[in-house]
Amino acid sequence: MSLTILEVERIARLARLEVTPAEVEISCQQLNGIFSLIEALKAVDTAGIEPMAHAQDACLRLRADEVIYRDEDGTARALFQSLAPEAENGLYLVPKVIE
Amino acid sequence: MIHSDLKTLSRALKEKQISSVELARLFLERIARLNPELNAFITVDEEKTLVAAKAADLRLASGSAGMLTGIPLAQKDLFCAQGWRTTCGSKMLENFVSPYDAAVVTKLEHEAGMVSLGKVNMDEFAMGSSNETSWFGAVKNPWDKTCVSGGSSGGSAAAVAAYLAPVATGSDSGGSIRQPAAFCGLSGIKPTYGVVSRYGMVAFASSLDQGGVIAHSAEDCAFVLAAMAGFDERDSTSLERPPEDYSRLLGQPLQGLKIGLPQEFFGAGANAEVVAAVLSAVEEYKRLGAKIVDVTLPNSHLSVPVYYVIAPAEASSNLSRFDGLRYGYRAPDCNDLREAYTKSRAQGFGAEVKRRILIGTYVLSHGYYDAYYLKAQRVRRLIADDFRRAFQKCDVILGPTSPTTAFKIGERSADLVALYLSDIYTIAVNLAGLPGLSIPCGFDSNGLPIGLQLIGNYFAEARLLNVAHRYQEATDWHTRRPQEFCGEF
Repeated sequence: MSLTILEVERIARLARLEVTPAEVEISCQQLNGIFSLIEALKAVDTAGIEPMAHAQDACLRLRADEVIYRDEDGTARALFQSLAPEAENGLYLVPKVIE
Repeated sequence: MIHSDLKTLSRALKEKQISSVELARLFLERIARLNPELNAFITVDEEKTLVAAKAADLRLASGSAGMLTGIPLAQKDLFCAQGWRTTCGSKMLENFVSPYDAAVVTKLEHEAGMVSLGKVNMDEFAMGSSNETSWFGAVKNPWDKTCVSGGSSGGSAAAVAAYLAPVATGSDSGGSIRQPAAFCGLSGIKPTYGVVSRYGMVAFASSLDQGGVIAHSAEDCAFVLAAMAGFDERDSTSLERPPEDYSRLLGQPLQGLKIGLPQEFFGAGANAEVVAAVLSAVEEYKRLGAKIVDVTLPNSHLSVPVYYVIAPAEASSNLSRFDGLRYGYRAPDCNDLREAYTKSRAQGFGAEVKRRILIGTYVLSHGYYDAYYLKAQRVRRLIADDFRRAFQKCDVILGPTSPTTAFKIGERSADLVALYLSDIYTIAVNLAGLPGLSIPCGFDSNGLPIGLQLIGNYFAEARLLNVAHRYQEATDWHTRRPQEFCGEF
C-alpha cells in the first residue's frame, strides 16, 4: 500500500493537526517509509489468535459510580482553570464557535 | 560523597556525617556548574529542593526516616509533581505547572522521603530513542558530548552518569530506560507492566508505558524500585499484588541458574564489539555457576512493526486531550474553535509526535482498525508466547540491550526506519509486559559503554536484580566513570 497526499490530508484533519502543503509532502514520504516496515505484519498467520491488550490479560477495574469529590467552594476549579490559556468567571474561553 | 552508593549515603545521613540539605547542595552545585554542558535538567528549583531536604533532615532527626530518606533524586519530566513545571519535553506543556503529584512522586518523595533535585530532559512525550526530539534540545552523553545519551529517559541517564544525581526515575515503553542506561554505562530496570503506578505519569502508549529506575548499580535500583512500586487503585492497569522487597534476593548464589541466549539477539544487526562484550559477560556468568541454554524468539523481528502500530495508536488517542483550551499551549490569533485545535496542536507538538499521531489516527480509522490495530495486537500475543515458551527452558534471557553503542547527535535523524529498528532488542519486552534491565558489560573501541540486557519472567524483578548484582560483584564495569565529569571528588 501507499498513502496518497489526499489521504495524509484526511488523516491530519481527523487528528486536528494543521499541515502546510510542504509538510503533507514530507509526511507522506515518511509515513510510507514507516508503513513499509509495518507491512511485514500482513504476512503473519494470526488465525485463531486473540488480540492482546494487556500483558496479564487483566481487565480494567471499575470503581463504584458515585461522586468522590465535591468542589464546594470552587478551589479545585480555580486551581485547574489557572492552567488554562484563557478562563474567566469559572468558564473556559474559546474562539467563536458559530457565526 | 557524590560517588557513594545509596546504602553508603543512607548510612552517612543516619550517622549525621552529612545532612540532607548539605547533600542536596553538593548536587545542586554540580548541576549549576555542569548541566549547561549536558542539558540533562529541564527544571531546577533550589528553593523547593532545600525545603524538601530540610523536611528530610527533620525526619532523620526524629528517627522516623526510612532507608531512602534524605537521598536526592532526579525525576523524569513526565512525572507530575505538584508545584513543579512538568513539560514532558514538549512546547505543548512548556508552562504547565502540575496541580497534583504522580503516584511515583508521592511514594518516593512524600513517603520514602527522597529529595527531588529537579525534572530531567526526555524525548518529547517519551517518543524517541536519542533524546533529540525534546523541545528543550538534545541531551549530551557524559562519555562523549558529541554522542546522544539515548532516550527517551536520556536526561535521567546523563544526570546519573555525570553524578548530577545519585539516581533518577525513568519510564520505558519500548526501551526508554534500558537503552539510555546502556548508552551511559548505568543500570536501569523496567519492571513488569502494572507494577509501578502510571497515575500522574503523562501517558504515551498506555499498554506499554511503565515507570522504573536508572542508577549506578542493580542494588541501588532494587532499593528505589521497592519504594516506587505497589498497587494503586487510581491506575486501572495497576496489578493488585502485595508490596515486595526487591533487594531480598541480593547475594544469593547463581549456581544452577539457567540463562537463555536467543539466537535472534546475536544476529547480523548487532555490532561485533557489542556482541563480543556480551559474550564475555556470558563467560563470567558460567564462572558464577550459571548454565547456558539456547532459546529462540522466532517472532521477535516483528516487534518493531507491531510497536509502530500499537504505540502510535495509543499515543494518538492519549494526546487528543491536548486541545489548546483547558491547559497547555494555545496558538495566538485563532479565528474559530477549529483553528484553536489545529493550530495549537500543530505549533505545540514537534515533528516526531505529529508523525506518530498521524500513524495512530490512520491505523485506528474506519476500515483500517482490523487490518492494522487488531492485527498488531494478535502478533503481539505471538511475541509474548515466544517468551512464555523460552521461560520453560530458562530462568532469565540474556542479550545486548542495543545493537550499537551511543551514536552521534544528528547521525540518525534523517533515517527514521533505521532509528526505529535500533530498539529491536528492547521493544519485545514491553510488548510482552515482562521485566527487563540493562547493566554495563564493557566498552567499545571509542570508549563508549556497552549494555547487557537481562529479561525475566513476570514478577521476577528480585531475581533479575540479583542476577545483575552478582555480575556487578564479580566485575567493575558499573564503577567506571566518564573522566570529564567525574575526575574530581
